[in-house]
Amino acid sequence: MSRYRHDERPAIAYLFLSPWVAGALLLTIGPMLASLYLSFTDYDLFTTPAWVGLDNYRRMLTEDDRFLASVWVTLRYVLISTPLKLAAALGVALLLNRASRVQGAYRSAFYAPSLLGTSVAVALVWRAIFDRQGVVERTFAALGIETGGWTTNPRLALIVLVLLAVWQFGAPMVIFLAGLKQIPPELYDASAVDGAGWWRTFRSVTLPMLSPVILFNLVLETIHAFQSFTPAYIVSNGRGGPSDSTLFYTLYLYQRGFTEFRMGYASAMAWLLLAVIAVVTALVFRTARLWVFYSGEEPR
Amino acid sequence: MSTLTMALTSRRARRAVWHLVCLGLLAALLYPVAWLVGMSFKPAEEIVSSLSILPKQIIGSNYAEAFQGSSGISIWRFFANSVIVAGGCVAGNLLSCSLAAYAFAKLRFRLRGPLFAFMIATIMLPYHVMLIPQYTIFQKLGLVDTFIPLILPKFLATDAFFVFLIVQFMRGLPRDLSDAARIDGCGPVRAFRSVILPLSRPALVTTAIFTFIWTWNDFLMQLIYLNDPGKYTLPLALRLYVDQTSESSYGPMFAMSVLTLVPIVLFFFAFQRLLVEGVATTGLNG
Repeated sequence: MSRYRHDERPAIAYLFLSPWVAGALLLTIGPMLASLYLSFTDYDLFTTPAWVGLDNYRRMLTEDDRFLASVWVTLRYVLISTPLKLAAALGVALLLNRASRVQGAYRSAFYAPSLLGTSVAVALVWRAIFDRQGVVERTFAALGIETGGWTTNPRLALIVLVLLAVWQFGAPMVIFLAGLKQIPPELYDASAVDGAGWWRTFRSVTLPMLSPVILFNLVLETIHAFQSFTPAYIVSNGRGGPSDSTLFYTLYLYQRGFTEFRMGYASAMAWLLLAVIAVVTALVFRTARLWVFYSGEEPR
Repeated sequence: MSTLTMALTSRRARRAVWHLVCLGLLAALLYPVAWLVGMSFKPAEEIVSSLSILPKQIIGSNYAEAFQGSSGISIWRFFANSVIVAGGCVAGNLLSCSLAAYAFAKLRFRLRGPLFAFMIATIMLPYHVMLIPQYTIFQKLGLVDTFIPLILPKFLATDAFFVFLIVQFMRGLPRDLSDAARIDGCGPVRAFRSVILPLSRPALVTTAIFTFIWTWNDFLMQLIYLNDPGKYTLPLALRLYVDQTSESSYGPMFAMSVLTLVPIVLFFFAFQRLLVEGVATTGLNG
């Protein structure tokens, strides 16, 4: 016990921790409670918040068509882009998972879009490519299909943003690849001895062994997708159009809070977002019991 | 003998097919980036009319125009602003996250368990529930339109993810090293400075690079806190082009887009192994 004498002086520990504690109190817990309070008020940043009870929540859910549109757009975006992104990530991870000297180079190259994709610059590229005069529109027109421009067609605009999200499959791909390397080779040997083909091996060995990593990526990417902002802002010029078809939840929250200065309403939206993300994450973990396989030797 | 050569050639053929598939996919994946670079060297009338990446004639006027900046402000100003914000955030994260991580990883104190659990929970928290009160605080302090609201939180270890990353790394350091330091009469402060911190370099470098790239790309925070064009960072300056939808501004817009991506690409080439390893081991996400 006496060996840890120095470590037992808690004052020093709290000294090391003090910046984090200050941040947690002043920038996390305090603001969280404040925004919970503000969500029950009318607040425009310049006058004192006026208590309105549950009115913000009531209006949101019953009167505000744009709010409901933003919920619908965001749910579709999350439900479409996340599975596609994970499928692309898993597909490329399986492709790259073989002994080769250049595997590392390929892995880095496939990962690169994850670093570039959140930038304004790349969102502008997407905007230009899918524009009324853009490359995609011209290609389709050459094939005799007129779409009227993907970013200007309410039925296609969200697809542009989904494609941008899927393009950034590199980060989950790298995580999948690390997971694939953890699978003991004996399992594949046993599977080969049993005469199992590629698909059978994939279903009975790879997928179950990888399922904890799939869960990890699924949770992370879902939370991420709910909070996406920049692409919708840039591609739709900050408006979420055409006809609110790209009005992400966070974009509408931004409009309410920072262009209309309805900070109480925006706070209520933020808390609802937190609640939805918490519920969705809890649901994913619930279903995880049915499909995630934890083997005895591999606690991760 | 012949079966051996056949087996070898079929293996070689399969490897060739594998390379072809990988390279083909990569070409498709990186096409938008190549297209952007190509467009930045094209004259305005060619941009809309052609689908190919390669310009018929290479021109530098897009870059010349981009370097002039916008709204009467030089591009170097935007660049400098971005560097200040990103540099400040890197310094803040390195300092505050390593201090907190050391306490969580190596020191014992009564509230360690619950505080650590709380720290992990904040990783998953959507930033929006803090956004408005934080803005209100900085607004009341008269700090909107300065870089302080963007940088100060990093000095208070609000990026819990990096605390977690460094904790994981420090926990992996051999115990005997800190024990040896202790036997030599080092207190926690000296053990941190002279033993643990130097050994944690890989985790600190990963933290620094990711902080830089994320801050460099960040848009929402800078959009909210910076209103004066003289304070604009590169992403905000780029956004100015969004409002000018005329095709003549496409060329300079693409040139400036390329310029904003250059630091990220340089960091990528310099640190690609660390970056990818960081993602693989901790699930860091872009």
